[in-house]
Amino acid sequence: MSGVRQNGIAAGRISPAALSENFSDAYPPFSAHEALVAADRCYFCYDAPCITACPTEIDIPLFIRQIQAGNPEGAAKTILKQNILGGMCARVCPTETLCEEACVREAAEGQPVDIGALQRFATDTVMDKGDHPFTRAEPTGKIVAVIGAGPAGLACAHRLAMHGHNVVVVDARKKPGGLNEYGIASYKTVNDFAQAEVEWLLKIGGIRIETGSELGKDYTLGEIREDYDAVFLGMGLSGVNDLGLEGADERVDDAVDFIATLRQTKDLAALPIGRRVVVIGGGMTAVDAAVQSKLLGAEDVTIVYRRGQERMSASEVEQDHATTSGVRIKCHAMPRRAVAGGVEFEYTEDGPDGLRGTGETFVLEADQVFRAIGQTYEGWHGKSVLELERGKIRVDLEGRTSLSGVWAGGDCAFGGEDLTVTAVAEGRDAAESINRALMG
Amino acid sequence: MADLSSDFIGIKSPNPFWLASAPPTDKEYNVRRAFDAGWGGVVWKTLGLDPHIVNVNGPRYGVVYGPDRKVIGINNIELITDRPLDVNLEEIKRVKRDYPDRAMVVSLMVPCEEVCWTEILAKVEDTGADGVELNFGCPHGMSERGMGASVGQVPEYIQMVTEWCKAATKMPVIVKLTPNISDIRYPARAAMAGGADAVSLINTVSSITSVNLDLMAPEPTIDGKGSHGGYCGPAVKPIALNMIAEIGRDPETANLPLSGIGGITTWRDAAEFIALGAGNVQVCTAAMVYGFKIVEEMKVGLSDWMDEKGYSSISDFKGLAVPNVTDWQYLNLNYVTKARIDQDACIKCGRCYAACEDTSHQAISMSAERTFEVIDEECVACNLCVNVCPVENCITMEKLSPGAVDLRTGETVVPDHGDWTTHPNNPTAVAAE
Repeated sequence: MSGVRQNGIAAGRISPAALSENFSDAYPPFSAHEALVAADRCYFCYDAPCITACPTEIDIPLFIRQIQAGNPEGAAKTILKQNILGGMCARVCPTETLCEEACVREAAEGQPVDIGALQRFATDTVMDKGDHPFTRAEPTGKIVAVIGAGPAGLACAHRLAMHGHNVVVVDARKKPGGLNEYGIASYKTVNDFAQAEVEWLLKIGGIRIETGSELGKDYTLGEIREDYDAVFLGMGLSGVNDLGLEGADERVDDAVDFIATLRQTKDLAALPIGRRVVVIGGGMTAVDAAVQSKLLGAEDVTIVYRRGQERMSASEVEQDHATTSGVRIKCHAMPRRAVAGGVEFEYTEDGPDGLRGTGETFVLEADQVFRAIGQTYEGWHGKSVLELERGKIRVDLEGRTSLSGVWAGGDCAFGGEDLTVTAVAEGRDAAESINRALMG
Repeated sequence: MADLSSDFIGIKSPNPFWLASAPPTDKEYNVRRAFDAGWGGVVWKTLGLDPHIVNVNGPRYGVVYGPDRKVIGINNIELITDRPLDVNLEEIKRVKRDYPDRAMVVSLMVPCEEVCWTEILAKVEDTGADGVELNFGCPHGMSERGMGASVGQVPEYIQMVTEWCKAATKMPVIVKLTPNISDIRYPARAAMAGGADAVSLINTVSSITSVNLDLMAPEPTIDGKGSHGGYCGPAVKPIALNMIAEIGRDPETANLPLSGIGGITTWRDAAEFIALGAGNVQVCTAAMVYGFKIVEEMKVGLSDWMDEKGYSSISDFKGLAVPNVTDWQYLNLNYVTKARIDQDACIKCGRCYAACEDTSHQAISMSAERTFEVIDEECVACNLCVNVCPVENCITMEKLSPGAVDLRTGETVVPDHGDWTTHPNNPTAVAAE
């Protein structure tokens, strides 16, 4: 027996047609007229709060005005010169906690200008045409190694290429893109957008990508420091936090692995999922894993978070997306141990010394358990050669590490939120610092 | 409940909302639908001599859009009726017979020869129509043939033709004026001198609404070429209001009945025209954009507002705003106001700051926390901040009471009226008695 009510972990719970529908664009793009109507709501604020709220400081009122004026290509250039991954950020940014939260129309009427969707409209217009609006400066003869082809590495590489440097980007995985390719829910980036964006970005020229090569395993930092004029580290977080679950067994999977596998799966009907799924965590990874479990045909999906719902790092919009997708969010509970057919949780409460268990427990039936309680930086030498700060690479304001000639940015570096847009900003700014150092 | 019935120069209609002479009143079918929808009257689309004129077979309208494709203005290059005269006359007769309580006015445009006017007036009179409107307004097409606006732009011609018509018919004669002149008072006076019972205004404004940058041709484009058209709709309402007021406050034409036309879309627009002296109003663009049903909103809205204000009939508030339209030189220079920003209502967009700092008097300060405050020492009360603020009533103009000091000028506000005519800087000032 297959279908939604089959116990255990099984593939093909719902029809291919339903799967195709479930994994289509969750937020379909604006038509040209919808974009004009949305753009007309922008007040073109003076020294606009939305710009300040954007980690890449895109001139949002200007690009929206360019859309209003019938120049979406110009709008795209305004976006992309600040954020070369503006297309992906338009899809995955938690705009409700960034630009749209700062929008004065959010303050005025609780309905911000739809900045994210407008950004997508503009960037899609340019990328659908295949236009790349930037050109390279005269060649400098310098060559820079970028480790990691995720948002930070790609942004860094592109900015370096613009300045005329040659760049080699090395990534451990099979495909470039980093979390854009492996770490984001499918329905946010349909039609293989992450790869299309990388291909488009590379049109600048001067960037070579090598995949399947891992720092510390296939080559050392010392080697590349000798071979290149500068090094940028943007390899993200490869470790996953443990639950420390008593009696943990093979039933506890990493949510990040699940999301990556799902993104790389051609035939979703062949991807197994539990009838009853429990996701432990409170961030966007937890939401992405839970929602996609539901979309694959899991009957009951529960996110369990140890603190109150207001403390979840997933935004309210993400939480709403989860609950309207049929995911249950259960708060103030932490896992104790695996039991037959499920997981035992203990209720929690906030005490004077922080969170503590109440001693009261309950059991959630679960065929499959995902952990999504954060990722960690893992040095590739066992003992890191770089100074760390709270487990991540220590960098200064320009992205310089404790080693000369080595910069870092994105999730592996300390500081900033672990967001695509933050990684882009850090990669871009590190490239400017590298350029100054090389050309100084 | 307020009485909306209208008696305009003896032409009675159940309400003051008429459809203007234009495509909506081109033929029996449309006019019957209009009357069934509740319109008080129509001015039938302009009749001319046979052989009837022809229209272009490409687009005849172009528009200017506001947000969300909202039509702000329409430009047209349509000419007068392109159907035989007899057909129109028969239809007018039938419709008037079936709708005796509605106003049926017929618009006319024939060459500037007395016999042309005399003959057509006799035919119109036979239909039982309530009156005629002489089309001296259309700025396109017909004006190239010496009719329409080319008559309306020469006061002597207006008077001459009006005299012919008044001599030839017992029907009331309304003269429709073109706004494409420098001072509307001269054509209005000429119409009055010719014996016109009323003037109606405005007709359309000569315009090119847009240029097709691929074809390098004006829109609407006919086989690669365009011709200026006549502009109408909400965009021209301010021009129309001023012209109505100019005629209403001109002592020579103060008693000349006015039919207000120009962008009237809602009851409020109509009330504004009537407040400036219009005896009734004519509508076209709003009906062309939204259909005849809009008259329901207009009737109910006007009636409700009149009830609220205690006006029982249209004449109760007709012209009440006219005495308050004056020349700049009589405006009270001792009336001093300052902008005030309601910090609770402010959404911190900074548009007031950008407008004042870049284009006005640097009279608004901005703090690091985006608090915007008026600097009284600099504020000239220009109102631009009020106008650009997206939040209604967030910024207002507050009057300084007599005795208060205007921090910009250092002068104490006085209670008396003081205007340019007595200002010391005016070389022709008359010393106060």
